[in-house]
Amino acid sequence: MSATLASPAPAGTGRLTIRLVLLGAVLLLALLPALNRLPADSALHVSDFIVSITGKWITYAILALAIDLAWGYAGILSLGHGAFFALGGYAIGMHLMRLIGPRGVYGHPTLPDFMVFLGYKDLPWYWLGFEHFPYAILMAMAVPGALAAVVGYLAFRSRITGVYLSIITQAMTYALMLAFFRNDMGFGGNNGFTDFKELLGMPLNTANARAALFYASLALLVASVLICARITRSKLGRVLVAIRDAESRVRFLGYDVTRHKLFVFVLSAMLAGLAGALYVPQVGIINPGEFSPGNSIEAVIWVAVGGRGTLVGALLGAFSVNALKTWLTTVAPDLWLFALGGLFVAVTLFLPRGLVGLFSKTTT
Amino acid sequence: MSDEISPPLDRTKPAAPVLYLDGVSVVFDGFRALNNLSLVVDPGELRAIIGPNGAGKTTMMDVITGKTRPTAGVVRFRDHDLTRLDEASIANLGIGRKFQKPTMFDALTVFENLELALKAPRGPLACLRWALTGEARRRIESVMEEVGLAARAQDRAAILSHGQRQWLEIGMLLMQDPELLLVDEPVAGMTDQETEHTAALLVRIAGKRSVVVVEHDLEFVRALGSKVTVLCEGSMLSEGSIDHVQNDPRVIEVYLGR
Repeated sequence: MSATLASPAPAGTGRLTIRLVLLGAVLLLALLPALNRLPADSALHVSDFIVSITGKWITYAILALAIDLAWGYAGILSLGHGAFFALGGYAIGMHLMRLIGPRGVYGHPTLPDFMVFLGYKDLPWYWLGFEHFPYAILMAMAVPGALAAVVGYLAFRSRITGVYLSIITQAMTYALMLAFFRNDMGFGGNNGFTDFKELLGMPLNTANARAALFYASLALLVASVLICARITRSKLGRVLVAIRDAESRVRFLGYDVTRHKLFVFVLSAMLAGLAGALYVPQVGIINPGEFSPGNSIEAVIWVAVGGRGTLVGALLGAFSVNALKTWLTTVAPDLWLFALGGLFVAVTLFLPRGLVGLFSKTTT
Repeated sequence: MSDEISPPLDRTKPAAPVLYLDGVSVVFDGFRALNNLSLVVDPGELRAIIGPNGAGKTTMMDVITGKTRPTAGVVRFRDHDLTRLDEASIANLGIGRKFQKPTMFDALTVFENLELALKAPRGPLACLRWALTGEARRRIESVMEEVGLAARAQDRAAILSHGQRQWLEIGMLLMQDPELLLVDEPVAGMTDQETEHTAALLVRIAGKRSVVVVEHDLEFVRALGSKVTVLCEGSMLSEGSIDHVQNDPRVIEVYLGR
């Protein structure tokens, strides 16, 4: 008899449309590396530049999803997600450095060039294990996750919310940037890591490697969307929205708000770390600049522009703002920061629900 | 328990009180919001609390629900010391609270608000795995019937009228299946008819559970027909039936006769 009653979740054509659009977008993206193989004079040929920059944007889109899960749903405005992204990037960077082996400038069998230059005798203990790819991937999730767990536990337990939490996360990424700039941290100081040779036996900077990394990023993006959708459409998703809108009321219903926020914050940090691990082999470099507070703020602006609190909004924001950035930094590089700031102000004032708000009337 | 041996009076026979406050004081920057307050609520009892603004009614609820820690005194719920627990643990022990200003989750529907309040495992993973069973759905539907919101199941809480919001919050309390309900000004802003409906609802709820109602509206308190406690300046001023309380000269002086 209960089967005759309407589903409690408002389903319908809107959700189906979104799914079809997403599926179409994924298929379209999946075509890019294939079209790259067409002869250069073909009308459908896609340049190397387009493939590599789109691959990079896909990792940005995963970062945007991670931020949206924490901010758009649970109301945790982290201005330090760039740090989780960068830590994931450093983890894979350490693996890539270990794979260089004796091909470095100094030809040392185990030590990366910068360590030879700085007079290291042995690998520092925290570099051990990074010669194994699975370990590096594990660390790309575990290190950001552990950092988020510590920072999150201390902040959420003390009921630090809103702008104070944002300031703490911003300070976190800034502190990490300063730490990673130091040569004696053992992470290459301000030069970071670069001159990577190969990954999983594949020489980097080849069409094959570009395509493989592109598809790996796309696969992670699809998996991230599915994981996030699984969460946001469950009762957990509704608890998170409830925490976002009336945190103390959720406590009086008997929910341990600290645990729920910690769960989503740690998961979000791990996703951001994985995104960073796919980003670094594609751009071929990681340095402390990735920790700069501006990076985290920019990623939050992608989500705000696309529409926080909807997964589609995060994706739309990451792709559209980065497309605008690529175009504008080519035609008028000096204008970009003004455009970014202006965009944020304009969206906040006129499109509080972001670009997604233009298309839909429903809210989460 | 030795009360089987020589029960002195019938009304002392019921089991230990559900809620027991003794000598509770709360001091904010030298201001005594509660001053040596004592209060005992029996199982199944309906109790009305009245008092002028600033008498400490809401502070008392804050102390019971773990929002405010008392400076001194004993606060017990059954065998549990409430001064050591946080809000979520206290709620899970079986104390539900309705706020003075109706507070719910505006972005969610009536159904979803009740679903969140429904007594069920509260951890993140349990919530992720949660699937709405037929039994849970029937419980939610029966509570929607009880508070008169069955027709609004799929409407977002944001678009409910003030009276409907009050009822939704009472419905959320019922979903929690608490042993003790704390209800802060349930009829503020309600029409006469809505007020009557709410009084009947609360009387129906009590008996199975203990209910403590804080209210200004004396007509409503009379309709509840329960024992009344009058608070003033953080302490208990008078206690008894509504007629007893209304004729108490101290109460008339500080509250009713203004």
